[in-house]
Amino acid sequence: MAKIKLAKSKVDKLVEICKSFNNEGSELINVLHKAQETFGYLPAEVQEIIARELNVAVAHVYGVVTFYSFFSMVPKGEFPISICMGTACYVRGAEKVLEEFKRQLDVPVGETTEDGKFSISCLRCVGACGLAPVVTIGERVYGRVAAGDVADIIKEYQS
Amino acid sequence: MEKYKMHILICGGTGCRASASEAIQNNLQDALKAKGLEEEVQVVMTGCFGFCEKGPIVKILPDNTFYIEVKPEDAEEIIEEHIIKGRKVMRLLYTDPEKKEVVSDSKHMGFYKKQIRIALRNCGFINPENIDEYIATEGYAALGKCLTEMTPQSVINEIKDSGLRGRGGGGFPTGLKWEFASKNDADQKYVVCNADEGDPGAFMDRSILEGDPHSVLEAMAICGYTMGADKGVIYIRAEYPLAIERLKVAIAQAREYGLLGNDILGSGFNFDVEMRYGAGAFVCGEETALIHSMEGLRGEPTVKPPFPAESGYNGKPTNVNNVETFANIPVIINKGAGWFNKIGTEKSTGTKVFALAGKINNVGLIEVPMGTTLREVIYEIGGGIKDGKKFKAVQTGGPSGGCLTEKHLDTPIDFDNLLAVGSMMGSGGMIVMDEDDCMVSVAKFYLDFTVEESCGKCTPCRVGNKRLYELLDKITEGKGTKEDLDLLRNLSTVIKDTSLCGLGQTSPNPVLSTIENFYDEYIAHVEEHKCPSGQCKALMQYVIDPELCVGCTLCARNCPVDCIAGDRKEAHIIDTAKCIKCGACMEKCKFNAISIQ
Repeated sequence: MAKIKLAKSKVDKLVEICKSFNNEGSELINVLHKAQETFGYLPAEVQEIIARELNVAVAHVYGVVTFYSFFSMVPKGEFPISICMGTACYVRGAEKVLEEFKRQLDVPVGETTEDGKFSISCLRCVGACGLAPVVTIGERVYGRVAAGDVADIIKEYQS
Repeated sequence: MEKYKMHILICGGTGCRASASEAIQNNLQDALKAKGLEEEVQVVMTGCFGFCEKGPIVKILPDNTFYIEVKPEDAEEIIEEHIIKGRKVMRLLYTDPEKKEVVSDSKHMGFYKKQIRIALRNCGFINPENIDEYIATEGYAALGKCLTEMTPQSVINEIKDSGLRGRGGGGFPTGLKWEFASKNDADQKYVVCNADEGDPGAFMDRSILEGDPHSVLEAMAICGYTMGADKGVIYIRAEYPLAIERLKVAIAQAREYGLLGNDILGSGFNFDVEMRYGAGAFVCGEETALIHSMEGLRGEPTVKPPFPAESGYNGKPTNVNNVETFANIPVIINKGAGWFNKIGTEKSTGTKVFALAGKINNVGLIEVPMGTTLREVIYEIGGGIKDGKKFKAVQTGGPSGGCLTEKHLDTPIDFDNLLAVGSMMGSGGMIVMDEDDCMVSVAKFYLDFTVEESCGKCTPCRVGNKRLYELLDKITEGKGTKEDLDLLRNLSTVIKDTSLCGLGQTSPNPVLSTIENFYDEYIAHVEEHKCPSGQCKALMQYVIDPELCVGCTLCARNCPVDCIAGDRKEAHIIDTAKCIKCGACMEKCKFNAISIQ
């Protein structure tokens, strides 16, 4: 992936985050959570700085980032769409809903549309199984979504 | 609490909040204020009531009226009619689907009748963000009793006598686990609460943490007292923001009341709790993997022994229990082991919480005594199968469990019975499937999950599960052979026998149980190249019956790829080469003219 040059203010912010966890290597996951919260994702340069500050190998940081599905190395869309693929949603037709989102936005799971507006991801159970199948866009939860509702949902965010 | 004459409880669980329960709360409060009743009626946002299917739920005390599917605009009517005039709002009450009678009190509803709530005792009853309400329901009394009247060993004995077994899925006796941890001497020990609920379709732990966080904190302190640990850590999924928030509030309140911190209740016992966040890895439910994740590493499991009780977090003796296990502890101490072990079956005492979901009428969170049959759960509590369809299978134990069928419906649910029929208790997910579900696809769905979640450390799990997935994929594409079924069986056995941790040792269960219980369906896929439930896309075709089609053009207008041709008032035809098999046409057709072949 292309290297992104980080602005000094961002580097300072990262240094500050690491410091708030006493620069301890064992706090790596907490640091990554905080960094992703701040930057939205964890590109290679962010990982390099974290490795330097916590005094651990970059490979170790990369290993942890790629191990956990919550961490992402690519930026999410302005409106991140998550389709619940928990079993309850699956048996109530989540797969068809996912296919429809993929088809309408013409973008595969885990990627962002060219205009940066939407990204699609799957998640495992938000715990609202009574509303299955469930789709979340940002903080908003849509329940009992059918493939036929997809176009209308996307429209809400396109204006 | 005495000063209020009435209480209005609103479900603040994730499902109901997604359906605007916060707006309902605001509207109720506004309506009360407008009538000058805010001093007399209290509005409380509680944890999950369990009856998610009919949410959002609003309950009125003291008369125990249970309103379902409430909308924010109903608030005014509830205040005007019920609170002021004392008349129930009939249209918001639950109607028993069989007897067609209105039931206003939840105690008499089929969904609640067979339930015994121990772990969920306070969910939907108290305000989880108010420690006083927890204390008013005997909260922290058990901790007080342990610290002032009992020795650590007598607490352990009580838990052993209760017969409580780990609710995270393994079913290991909790008292024994505590005893092991207490016998290892060290300068530092840890109590860990496993709140990394990764089983898709299960939300028991989340509901307990959202609805009654103090019960878990209290139990962790009791555990700390028995084993000599002064630090507790809750490892919780980052995907559970509401549970995290409520825990933070609860920890701060407990510290303020001196129920966490130094010299708790003047006993000289110190205990404090902090939180660690998971980052989305199913394998971290395994305790050694969880501990590595807490240490900031990749969540890979390690060989036991050494068990965490000897060498766990930071190399120190550590006891890991699941949320639901902890939630049972205070009640056992308060009411005694003798009370607890009379509930349930001989070898599986107490109750179990299940997240009932899938093709069932009453989706929700339930707690039943061990030994309740699957039939009672699915038909009496769950209200039967949705849309009058036929029951096909029930899946317990998530990706580690199996699919049980009609013939298992009268099996009493407990740890050992479920294992004996090729499934397992697991953490408590229970997914009901109907005649439209293809069991090969279901097995493939679980394997897809396992392949993604396998940590990759040991070969059988990393490579073996991938091969299982590929074989299942081949079968659903109509390219499978009968030999593939034998291969699936053999490979499954090898993976089970040779994997390092619980994930790989159980991941083939969905495959084995579906082959065992639905062999005919596999045969139909490999020999006739047909999917009897019409779910496998590669094996089906949508066709229009020219006899039934009236030429209304609705299907053609709704087809996303324009593959339906035909003139108005004439039978239409689907171009099967262009059809993407999305099913939109069949959904829209008002004349049942479209079918799957």
